[in-house]
Amino acid sequence: MSTADPIDSGRAADRLRAGDSRRPAPASGGSKALGGVAGWVDDRLGPAKGVNYLMKKVFPDHWSFMLGEIAMYSMIICLLTGTFLTFWFVPSAGHTTYDGSYIPLQGVQMSEAYASSLDISFDIKGGLLIRQMHHWAALMFIVALSAHMLRVFFTGAFRKPRELNWIIGCILSMLALVEGFAGYSLPDDLLSGTGLRAAQGFILSAPVIGSYMAYGLFGGDFPGEAIIPRLYGVHILLLPAILIGLFTAHIVMVAVQKHTQYPGPGRTNDNVVGFPVMPVYAAKAGGFFFIVFGFTALLAAFVQINSIWVYGPYDPSAVTAGSQPDWYMGFADGALRLLPGWLEFNIFGHPLSLNVAIGALFLIPIMYGAMAAYPFIEAWVTGDKREHHLLDRPRNQPTRTALGVAALTFYGVLMFAAGNDLMAIKLHMSINDITYFFRAGVFILPVLAFWVTRRICLSLQRSDRNMVLHGRESGRIVRTAEGKFFEAHEPLDEYTRWKLVGYERQAPLELTGGVDAHGVADRSSRGAKLRARLSQFYFGTHVDPVTPTELAAAHHDGHAHEAIEAAGESTHAGSH
Amino acid sequence: MTTHEFPDADSAGVVRLDEGHHPGDGKMPAEFENPGLPPHVHRMADHDEAGAKRAERQVAGLFGLSMLGTIVAMVGYFAFSTEHRSWVPGLGHVSTTNLLLGIGIGLGLLGIGLGAVHWAKTLMPDEEVVEMRHPMRSSDEARAGFAEVMRDGGEKSQLFRRPLLKLSLGGAMGLFSLPLLVQLLGSLGPLPRNNLDVTFWDGHPHEGEDGKQHRTFEHPRLVTDPEGIPIKAADVTIGSVYHVLPAGLLPNADGEGGLEHGQLEEKAKAAVLLMRLDPTEFQDTPGGKKAKEWGHDGIVAYSKICTHVGCPVGLYERTTHHLLCPCHQSTFDVTDDCKVIFGPAKRPLPQLKITVDDEGYLIAAQPFQEAVGPSFWERG
Repeated sequence: MSTADPIDSGRAADRLRAGDSRRPAPASGGSKALGGVAGWVDDRLGPAKGVNYLMKKVFPDHWSFMLGEIAMYSMIICLLTGTFLTFWFVPSAGHTTYDGSYIPLQGVQMSEAYASSLDISFDIKGGLLIRQMHHWAALMFIVALSAHMLRVFFTGAFRKPRELNWIIGCILSMLALVEGFAGYSLPDDLLSGTGLRAAQGFILSAPVIGSYMAYGLFGGDFPGEAIIPRLYGVHILLLPAILIGLFTAHIVMVAVQKHTQYPGPGRTNDNVVGFPVMPVYAAKAGGFFFIVFGFTALLAAFVQINSIWVYGPYDPSAVTAGSQPDWYMGFADGALRLLPGWLEFNIFGHPLSLNVAIGALFLIPIMYGAMAAYPFIEAWVTGDKREHHLLDRPRNQPTRTALGVAALTFYGVLMFAAGNDLMAIKLHMSINDITYFFRAGVFILPVLAFWVTRRICLSLQRSDRNMVLHGRESGRIVRTAEGKFFEAHEPLDEYTRWKLVGYERQAPLELTGGVDAHGVADRSSRGAKLRARLSQFYFGTHVDPVTPTELAAAHHDGHAHEAIEAAGESTHAGSH
Repeated sequence: MTTHEFPDADSAGVVRLDEGHHPGDGKMPAEFENPGLPPHVHRMADHDEAGAKRAERQVAGLFGLSMLGTIVAMVGYFAFSTEHRSWVPGLGHVSTTNLLLGIGIGLGLLGIGLGAVHWAKTLMPDEEVVEMRHPMRSSDEARAGFAEVMRDGGEKSQLFRRPLLKLSLGGAMGLFSLPLLVQLLGSLGPLPRNNLDVTFWDGHPHEGEDGKQHRTFEHPRLVTDPEGIPIKAADVTIGSVYHVLPAGLLPNADGEGGLEHGQLEEKAKAAVLLMRLDPTEFQDTPGGKKAKEWGHDGIVAYSKICTHVGCPVGLYERTTHHLLCPCHQSTFDVTDDCKVIFGPAKRPLPQLKITVDDEGYLIAAQPFQEAVGPSFWERG
C-alpha cells in the first residue's frame, strides 16, 4: 500500500494537514522484531503479512456507524448466553408435573420445556439473569440491525459496489425475525403456545398444500410433541449457523470494499479518512463490545422481560387478553388484524384465505423482496453506474428519503395496529374505530409521509443554500450612515461551507426521442419512457448546491434576499 | 469530483440557466472545490503532561471499577441463596443473587469498555489517517487470466469435447439431492387425512384400515373444563358462560378416565363455549332461528376455536352477547349464530347441536357438522 504521492500533492482534499502523521500511522506491531509465541506461529503459518494489513486498515468515525456494531455485539451476546441456556433447557414437549420452587405452579401438569424454563428462572443461580440477557440481547439485535438498515438506506450506502452486501443484510434481517420467533416459542408457556397456534393457522392458509405443510412441520395434529424439539434444532443450530456465515461474509465485504464515509472536507470518493484499527479502533470497537455487553447485563438485572411463570403452561383452550408477539413480529400481527374477513374467497369449492395469507405468508417475503430490489431499481432510474463511497446526506436525496419514510410509515401503521386492543383499553376508545383508522391509514399515511418528507428535505436544502449565501446570523445589529438597520451575517469558513455545497447536482433524464427517423413510434422506447417518468419523479424537483458564482453574486448584492429565493428550487413541468 | 453520467446534462438544457442555476461564467469554477482536511485541534492530553496523567488515572479508575464489579458479582453468587429476596425501590422484592450478579457483571464489563474507549479518545492518536481507495474491479489482465484459466480447465478436462460426460454429470448432479429431499419432506409428519374434520365430539379416535380416523358418536355429555363436571341444563343461569369439553377427554371430577395420549391435540379442536341467553334475544334471522333450534332453551354451544387462525375465542360480553378473539379481535354475534360482525375472520364459529339426556344433563345431539378452527384448502 504505497500511496504516498496523492497525499502530499494533487488535490487539496487528498493532502494531509501540517502536523498530521504521515501514513502508515501505527507502525508498532509491524516494525518490532517478531519473537516468542507470535514468531513461532509466524514461522509456521506466516500470518504477519495479512494481520499487518488488517491492523493498519482505516475506519471512518461516525456515531451512526455504531448501529451495525451494536447489532453484531448483540448477536454475539445471544450466542454466548444462548449456549449457557442449552445446558439447562430441556427441549421436550413430554409431560411432567412441576415440583420446583415456584409455589403457584407446584403440582401443575406441563411440558418439560416449560418446567425447565421455570427451573432456569427460579432454581438455577443466575439462570434468570442469563435468560433475561438472552431475551434483551435478541430484542436489541433486531432493533440495532433495523436502525443500521435505515442508516444504510437513507445515506445511500447500498449503491454500487455494495448491492450484494445490502442483499446479505436483508437476508440477515429476515432470518433474525425467524430466529427470534423460534426462540420466543421454545419455553412453551401460554403466550408462546398461542403464537405457535396462530402460526399453524397461518400455514393452514397456504393454498393447496397448507394442511400438508402444517402436518409436516408439527409432525401431525397441533400441538403435537415434535414442534418444540424441531424449533430447538432450528433455533440453536440451523439458523445461528446461517446467521454467522452470512454475517462473516457481511463483515469481510465491508473490509474488502472499505467503509463508506460521510462527505466533508478532505473526504472524497477515492479515500477513507479515519482511524486505523491498531490501536484506536481496536480500543474503541473492542471497548464498545464491553459497553453493549455490560449494558445488556444491567438491563437484565433491573428490567424484567417475558415473565413466563405468570402466563402458565400452554393449554390450547386458554388464552390471555392482550396477547402480543415480540415487537419485531408486531407489523405482521398488525397486518392480520387489519385485513378484513371478506378477503377469504371460495374458489372451486376450496377456501382461499387471503385475509390470513396476505399478512402471514406474503407480507414478509414481499417486503424483503422490495428492499433487496431497491438498489437495482434506483440504479436503473438514475442510470448511475459509478462506484459510490461517499454517503448522501438524506436531505440531498429528497425522493429516496421520502420513499424510505413512506415505507417506514407503512411499517409503523402495521406495527401500531398490532396494539389496537391495548390502545382501546388505555385510551377508552372503540377498538372498531381504531381498526378502521388504521385500515385507512395504511394507505393514506405513507403517501402523506412521502409528500411531507420530500417537502422537508427540499426546505432543508434551501436552508443550506441560504446559510452558504448569507452566512450565520451574528446577532449584531448594524446601523448604517443613512440610518438603515441590518443584522450582520458572518460568512462560513470553507470547511463548514463544503459540508453544505459538496453534493451533486441532480437532473432528470429526458427522453431523446420516442419516434424513429421515419416518425414511427419506437417500440423500444417504452422502457425509456417509464425510465424518464421515474427519473422525473426522482429528480423533477431539485435544489442545486450553491456555486461559487452564486456566492459571489450574493456577496455583491449585500443583504438582499431576492438572490437566494430566485435561485432556490427549480421545478420541471408537471411535478410537485 | 463530479462527472455526470447523465447524457449531455448541460448541453441538452436539462438544467436551464433561467431556472436560477448559474454553472459558472468562465472566470469562476463551476463548483466549489473540496478544501481538504480542516486544521487539527490538539487535545489537552497532547500538550499538557498533567492532562495526560489525569486521563491515565481516569482510565485506570474505570478498569478498577470493573474489578470491583467482578467482586460484587462473586459476592452475589456465593453469599446468597436462590430464595433470598431484597426489596429494591421501583422493582419490589427481587432475587438478591440475580440482582447482584447482574450489577456485578454489568459493571465488570462496562468498566473495561468505558476505560478502553476513554483511553482511545484521550491518549491514543486522534489525527485522522488517509487511506486511498482503488476501484473494486480487477484489472483487465486479471479478468482475462481468469477466463483463460477456466477455459483451459474446461478444455483439458475435455468437458466441451465430450457432450456425453456433460449431460450425464448434469443429470447425476440434478438428481442426487432428490432422495434426500424426499426423505426429509416425506418423513416430517403424517398426512392430514381427515384429522382436521373430526373432533372428540365425534367420539374416541381409532385408526381405520384406510389410515383415516374412525370415531363412533355416543352423545357425549358436556363437562366443564378443567374440572370435568357434567352440566345440568337447569343449573345454567341466563348470562352465564362455561368452558366446555366432551366427557372422556379429561379425567372426570374423581380424577378417573381421560385420554392417555393426545389430550392437548383433542382439546385444541374440541374446546367449546356454552352460554345461556334469554330465548327472545336471538335475532329473527335464519341464523338466529337455527342457533335457537340447535340449542336447548336458550343454551347454545359454539366452538371456542377462532375461524381466523385458531386462537381460543376467550372474551364474552354478556350485555351484547358478542364473543371476541383476543389475538386479532374477530368479533362474533351469538344472537345471530356467531356471525362475524368485526375483524379479520370470515366464517361464523361452528355450532354444536345440544340437547339433554334422561337425567337432565346437557349432551351433544350430533358432532360438529363442519371442521372447526382456521380455514384450510380441503375444507370445502
